[in-house]
Amino acid sequence: MTDTVLNSGGIPGRSVHTNDGARGRLARRYTAERRFKWLGAGAVAVAILLLGVLLSTIVVQAVPAFRANYLLLPVDLSEKNVDSARPENADYDAIVRDGLYRLLPGVTSRSEKRALRGIVSSASGFLLQRDVVAGSTLRGGATTVGIPLDDFADLYMKGLLAEKQTVIELAGAPSIAVDGGMALITNAPQILDAITARGAGRAGDDGGIRLSVKDPSFLVETGRLVLKIKTASAARTDATILHTVPMAGSKATQLRIVETPESQRKISDQEVAWLNDLQNRGAIESRWSELFLFSGASREPEIAGIWGAVVGSLLTLIVTLALAFPVGVGAAVYLEEFAPKNRWTQLIEVNINNLAAVPSIVFGLLGLAVFLNWFNLPRSAPVVGGFVLALMTLPTIIIAARASLRAVPLSVREAALGIGASRAQTVLHHVLPLAMPGIMTGTIIGMAQALGETAPLLMIGMVAFIVDIPGGFTDPATVLPVQIFMWADFPEPAFRHKTAGAILVLLAFLVLMNALAVILRRRFERRW
Amino acid sequence: MLDMSIANLDVAATPADTETSAQTVKISSREVDVFYGDKQALFSINLDVRENMVTALIGPSGCGKSTFLRCLNRMNDTIDICRVSGEIRLDGVDIHDPQIDVVELRARVGMVFQKPNPFPKSIYDNVAYGARIHGLARTKPELDEIVETSLQKAGLLGEVRDRLDEPGTGLSGGQQQRLCIARAIAVSPEVILMDEPCSALDPIATAKVEELISELRTNYTIVIVTHSMQQAARVSQRTAMFHLGILVEVNDTDRMFTNPDDERTRDYITGRYG
Repeated sequence: MTDTVLNSGGIPGRSVHTNDGARGRLARRYTAERRFKWLGAGAVAVAILLLGVLLSTIVVQAVPAFRANYLLLPVDLSEKNVDSARPENADYDAIVRDGLYRLLPGVTSRSEKRALRGIVSSASGFLLQRDVVAGSTLRGGATTVGIPLDDFADLYMKGLLAEKQTVIELAGAPSIAVDGGMALITNAPQILDAITARGAGRAGDDGGIRLSVKDPSFLVETGRLVLKIKTASAARTDATILHTVPMAGSKATQLRIVETPESQRKISDQEVAWLNDLQNRGAIESRWSELFLFSGASREPEIAGIWGAVVGSLLTLIVTLALAFPVGVGAAVYLEEFAPKNRWTQLIEVNINNLAAVPSIVFGLLGLAVFLNWFNLPRSAPVVGGFVLALMTLPTIIIAARASLRAVPLSVREAALGIGASRAQTVLHHVLPLAMPGIMTGTIIGMAQALGETAPLLMIGMVAFIVDIPGGFTDPATVLPVQIFMWADFPEPAFRHKTAGAILVLLAFLVLMNALAVILRRRFERRW
Repeated sequence: MLDMSIANLDVAATPADTETSAQTVKISSREVDVFYGDKQALFSINLDVRENMVTALIGPSGCGKSTFLRCLNRMNDTIDICRVSGEIRLDGVDIHDPQIDVVELRARVGMVFQKPNPFPKSIYDNVAYGARIHGLARTKPELDEIVETSLQKAGLLGEVRDRLDEPGTGLSGGQQQRLCIARAIAVSPEVILMDEPCSALDPIATAKVEELISELRTNYTIVIVTHSMQQAARVSQRTAMFHLGILVEVNDTDRMFTNPDDERTRDYITGRYG
């Protein structure tokens, strides 16, 4: 190893590895390495960013779904209304109605009464009946019960509807003269300023400004009344009485401007007035929404819950796991450990790999044709959903199981065979336990895939609208992703939050499953 | 079938191990050919393994000594492309005979591998496993007894007595190999096959295992594949030299290492090739 041997370019003392060309190549190699590293780090950063955006969007959207506003309604459950022998026969809708009228006694006209009934859920009577019959609400006298607000009222209370409001204290001493349903406000120049500042309304015949439903709403609130301004001029302001506060308090007169015109929002000025009053009186309470988490599907957003879909998903996955895991592992063990390597097993292997790539809806068609039409299994049932998803999951499990069986070192097999274990004993006592962590990882991936699958279940009728929570494997049911799919389709804005909430529940389900898998893996993992 | 003709030619050159001896022949092989697919790995091997002796198989890498060893307990069955023909008799009965079960055969002919391969289980379970699957112990004390005796015989008991429930994979390399020997002994085999049992061990562990082999000889028949001439000379009584799939020479170890009959053996032993 002398210089003369390794010399390049005839420069003494500089070998092929130390001359300028080599130095340059080395520098380029390091540059390439750094570039590669940065590209990798960049990819990870982008992925984390996108995941963060996705998750935060979902969470922000979902949070309102987990809380609900309840109206604390005084109801009369005395013997007069509820026969203690047969509490289920009472007219709970009437009880709720009476409670509402008692809460807001100023409401007298038929149309106003109908509007008032609309601020609570149309299922209020049913929910009250359920609670009374179950005994969770005490019978036999006057009491206060929490009744869920109607979805729009609920959204308003959450600040998601007509959320742009401006409140101005009216300075000076505006005088208000009430005459029937009308009111005349004088000495309040700020009102006209606010209206002209927004460019609202059209000029009337008398030089004043006339407001319509297409303009922002201008409400004057005193301790006693809520007024809605119809026309305004420098001299006088005319208004209608929206609401008379039953328990008048002393309060400065203020102007509330609801910036979204009444015609463009799903809540009327009158409802705004009622809800604000009820909230001021402490009659509205925000609670964790038990209905969302623990009730079945409904067309009414305020009482629509996720539990039916959660139970449906659970039942379906139990069937899937019970079928796909043993069959998949069994097939993998046979193919890997026992089957002769010939053309038939090769054909089977190729086909299993192909099955893994078949679009899931095809499995749904197969389920429809075979399980429903041929075997006459019940429609929309978790058992059929489980079968279909098991078919879909099988190739994943088989491929993962075969890979992890193959990864078990030959030495373990030889050790067992060498002391006279039979082939089955070798596999069951040694190879399979060592392959188990890998098999379980594959199984969890398959199950997670099955949990999020919608398309094949649509084909076998699991998209049906099912209110009852399924009690067994043959009851009609739906699953979480299908529920999300359906809710995403409903027009009510409250369902938007429900959809995001359901996605969160689905993710939580998935995380729970993965956590379980990690725990099981730890249990099975062995050093070798 | 060019290979076959060459093989047949070699038969004449192969010294059949037919010397009469006072010792009983435990395993006898006649005309054993082994094929991996189309490739022939062993050509007409005729070799007798004598009872209660250590027979060493030596030869350069790839000469087929491990292949031959694996024929003796039919471990080659587990390799799909491997085909064995000829006759191998254990106590006079052909091991390929349908009346010999392969599980029974492997219980009678145990094996220790090149790389220590304890099960990823406790030391106790490693040794007890064979006894359990063969139903050698009816009660727990009987099983304890078997485990203890086997570890004792393998010279490991003193080192692991108070940690039998620790994983076998946590032992040192030499201890693991002795654990594997104990595991083989626990099944009460008649023959123990050892495939380069010391190649992954340091000299001290090797010495221990060699000492153990010498002790085991009194109760078991041992066939050992080794790359170390010195080891063959130290532990064995008979030595067989393989070269390119043929059995070149088989002889008493003393004679083999002092005055071999075959030129190739002489060259190999003196380090001229291999």
